Amino acid sequence: MNLLRLFSRPPSAPAARERLQVLLAHERGSMDGPDLVSKLREEILRVIAKHMQIDDDKVSVRMERGASVSTLAVDIEVPLGGKRAA
Amino acid sequence: MGKVVVVTSGKGGVGKTTSSAALGAALARGGERVAVVDFDVGLRNLDLVMGAERRVVYDLVNVIQGEAKLSQALIRDKRLETLHLLPASQTRDKDNLTPEGVEAVIGALKESFDWVICDSPAGIERGATLAMRHADVAIVVTNPEVSSVRDSDRIIGLLDSKTVKAENGERMEKHLLLTRYSPSRAERGDMLKVDDVLEILSIPLLGIIPESMDVLRASNLGAPVTLADEHSAPALAYFDAVKRLRGENLPVTIPGEKRSFFGKFFGRKAA
Ligand SMILES: Nc1ncnc2c1ncn2[C@@H]1O[C@H](COP(=O)(O)OP(=O)(O)OP(=O)(O)O)[C@@H](O)[C@H]1O
Ligand SMILES: [Mg+2]
Repeated sequence: MNLLRLFSRPPSAPAARERLQVLLAHERGSMDGPDLVSKLREEILRVIAKHMQIDDDKVSVRMERGASVSTLAVDIEVPLGGKRAA
Repeated sequence: MGKVVVVTSGKGGVGKTTSSAALGAALARGGERVAVVDFDVGLRNLDLVMGAERRVVYDLVNVIQGEAKLSQALIRDKRLETLHLLPASQTRDKDNLTPEGVEAVIGALKESFDWVICDSPAGIERGATLAMRHADVAIVVTNPEVSSVRDSDRIIGLLDSKTVKAENGERMEKHLLLTRYSPSRAERGDMLKVDDVLEILSIPLLGIIPESMDVLRASNLGAPVTLADEHSAPALAYFDAVKRLRGENLPVTIPGEKRSFFGKFFGRKAA
């Protein structure tokens, strides 16, 4: 084993702790229902579906859960003229 | 058409998820398109090991239930654009995995990926049998320890009977991946020998992954060990395993020993 390599690296446990804290904060909050970001995502998609037919392939949803802020990015391709939902 | 690989073991905690991530990333580094699928519904961890846990939107169950398209549920790795993850659901249970649903998802993945790696849950129940169902190749992850070897034997039996390949009378290609191998314990004579495990299980050896701090470190950081530290001993062992998976006939060296094996020479004697 290369000892030099072992000692020259920063410890990895703090990263593990930080990742777990963020993850578990979100998971615990969402055990009895979707978390806020997931709720927003569902409602945004529902509102859009009211106005146009959503082609699932034309919708991309990305989330990044953070310690104090999460980001939600919904990309929707709206066709020219916009096919109306029935 | 891509190849479907199941990473399975029977026994829990032997290194299936670690190996799925490491092998997937090693294959993807070679430019091949890889999807790693987490079948551990209810107890997902592959997302964490691959560092994608904050980005999970949809999962395998959502796709099977028609709540999301496959393309929406796949998460592309931030470091390697050819590497993708299909997470398992954390909140629903295994009953949501239907045989038809799994078949459809695997079929679709085979169309767009060169490799589909299925990370099986422990056990021999629904999750494990569905993970192996459509495999072309099986990697049996085993620790050099009695209960792990026994459970691997059980899993080999299932691979030869409960898979689509077996039901069609075809031979399932099976490989042994010996993980958490400790040279110091081997030297003391307190660990099953590689020869012993090979003789008992009689399937070709894909590689020997040493017990290593580098694996723990990689999972702390959220990166497959083949990305986190490509020069580490476990990463090198996984890279070699991938070469053998691709068909190269590379000798397997036993960690801490000069001796080496040609994995290919161990064919299943019985059957
Ligand atoms: N080569 C190794 N060296 C050191 N630790 C390892 C090695 N391989 C796996 N581990 C550790 O063993 C534990 C179990 O590994 P892993 O989660 O990959 O097993 P698993 O078979 O997927 O478990 P489960 O059956 O619960 O799904 C983890 O803590 C992992 O970091
Ligand atoms: Mg696992």
